[in-house]
Amino acid sequence: MRADGCGPDGRRPAIRAVGLRKRYGTLDALDGFDLEAEAGAVHGLLGPNGAGKSTAVSILSTLVEADGGTAEVAGADVRRDPGAVRRRAGLIGQHPAVDEILGGRQNLVMFGRLLGLRRREAAARADELLEAFGLAEAAARPASSYSGGMRRRLDIAAGMILDPEVLFLDEPTAGLDPRGRIDVWEAVARIAARGTTVLLTTQHLEEADRLAHRVSIMKAGRIIAEGAPDQLKRQRGGDRIEIAAGDPAAAADIGRALTGATGPAPEVDGLTHRVTVPAPRGTADLSEAVRRLDAAGLAPDDIGLRRPTLDEVFLALTEKEDA
Amino acid sequence: MSAHTAGPIPRRTGAAPSRRIGTLHGGWILTQRELAHWARQPATPVFSLLFTIMLLLMFAFIFGGSIRLPGGGDYIQFLLPGMMALAMMFGVESTMTAMAADAKKGITDRFRSMPLGDASVSLGRVGADMVGSAVELAILIGGGLLLGWRTTGSPAAAAAAVLLLLWLRFALLWAGICLGLTVGRHQGAETLVQVLVWPVGFLSTVFAAPELMPPWLGALAAWNPVSATATAVRELFGSPTGVTVGWLAEHAVLAAVLWPLALTAVLLPLSARAYRRLRR
Repeated sequence: MRADGCGPDGRRPAIRAVGLRKRYGTLDALDGFDLEAEAGAVHGLLGPNGAGKSTAVSILSTLVEADGGTAEVAGADVRRDPGAVRRRAGLIGQHPAVDEILGGRQNLVMFGRLLGLRRREAAARADELLEAFGLAEAAARPASSYSGGMRRRLDIAAGMILDPEVLFLDEPTAGLDPRGRIDVWEAVARIAARGTTVLLTTQHLEEADRLAHRVSIMKAGRIIAEGAPDQLKRQRGGDRIEIAAGDPAAAADIGRALTGATGPAPEVDGLTHRVTVPAPRGTADLSEAVRRLDAAGLAPDDIGLRRPTLDEVFLALTEKEDA
Repeated sequence: MSAHTAGPIPRRTGAAPSRRIGTLHGGWILTQRELAHWARQPATPVFSLLFTIMLLLMFAFIFGGSIRLPGGGDYIQFLLPGMMALAMMFGVESTMTAMAADAKKGITDRFRSMPLGDASVSLGRVGADMVGSAVELAILIGGGLLLGWRTTGSPAAAAAAVLLLLWLRFALLWAGICLGLTVGRHQGAETLVQVLVWPVGFLSTVFAAPELMPPWLGALAAWNPVSATATAVRELFGSPTGVTVGWLAEHAVLAAVLWPLALTAVLLPLSARAYRRLRR
């Protein structure tokens, strides 16, 4: 489902924030927050708790006024024309904001009417969306009887009633079981596939890695890194070959055999009997390593090329100046 | 795709709604939401009615026999209109709880992220609670008639009494909205309000005549807005008022018009401000 990450014909960004500031008491929730999200892409906003992700989403979706800076969503200024932003963008907040006493269909009809649809239009749209989100059979049941994943899907369906240009999803899988999480991922991928721009905040890096074309990493109220997930991983130090050996002696042999094979020296971990060799040339280095091990008559338990995970990138960036 | 999810998400057909819906229209849709709640979950309104009826029966039969009235009169005739005023006042609590619940669940934020007039959310609450209170009043009147309470005033006076009761409810609704939007999110504050409605409701002419209280307490009770409405409504229904001296005895109806007016004049702007301040 992931696109190539390159922009479709240089349209205006769907979301543009410049120098947003927001202070709560003595805390700078946002401290010069800049963001550009390309139209039609999924943009992941990552950050540890308290980094300001939700504050950013609240300002962009016009719930909260910034103390400083400017922002445009779907071409409308959040401060000067919040009404236009609200018509063109949908917000899916941290907790599923559906009426739990009402049925799924009743919820969607109510939200549709609030968005300006006539009763019959709202009903037709509700039925379409219930079908599309796999809730048709549960349409009459009160939302309180839904599973977490179903409630979230209803919540997302409510955000799609007017075909928004932009959809804000604030930690949509928080508190869901694996089944519910996969359901939500599928829904997000389908929403992105039809060209809706999605701004997704999350703490699950796997989620960002799977869904987002671009990722911004936040810390203390500002963006500290941005790029496609693969770009960020490359910045973190590139590929390496990992080799598992049966015992410490084998590990040491492998280390000696591979010295100089790819340039940098191999690292041998005596406890896990693992040998790590930087592989700046990727698979070419892997082939070279395999040839050398073969020539030396060494047969490791496992050998593979490994890329840094987004988790490693994230931890390295967000914990740099701490400790 | 899993079995849970069907085909692609369909695009909406038909023209986009060009303008946002009017504030009143939004309020009406949200009023209907609440009415749908009652249809789905009738236990909630039924329990709140049972509570009012229980209070009525307790005072009519347990305490009623030992309370006498200055100026004479039957206690049940005195009690009924007072209970109606008290029920209107206790509505503060349910309004606050409902507003706070929507805020806590993020539903208020969803409404705020939609192209709705700022006042729609509060108006929806007003509409629903006014309908609820009208039903509650009807049941209290019906129950009162069963217990032997009678109105001796003209039908026009009785209608005016009902309007004054709803007028008090309307004014205090804004207190509930304001509290729900501000302190309602904190469980402790919510409980405090739920406790405080009792002394505020009881320190009035609802259950006993102020003339029989210690003078300072009686004065306080006479100044309670609930007392103004209770006394005015008693007058209009032709029930004994229990108030024979003082300003309230002379001008109860005027007080029952002015008190809610003053409360609304203060609390409505405060509620609007509380709603706007959610953006902070």
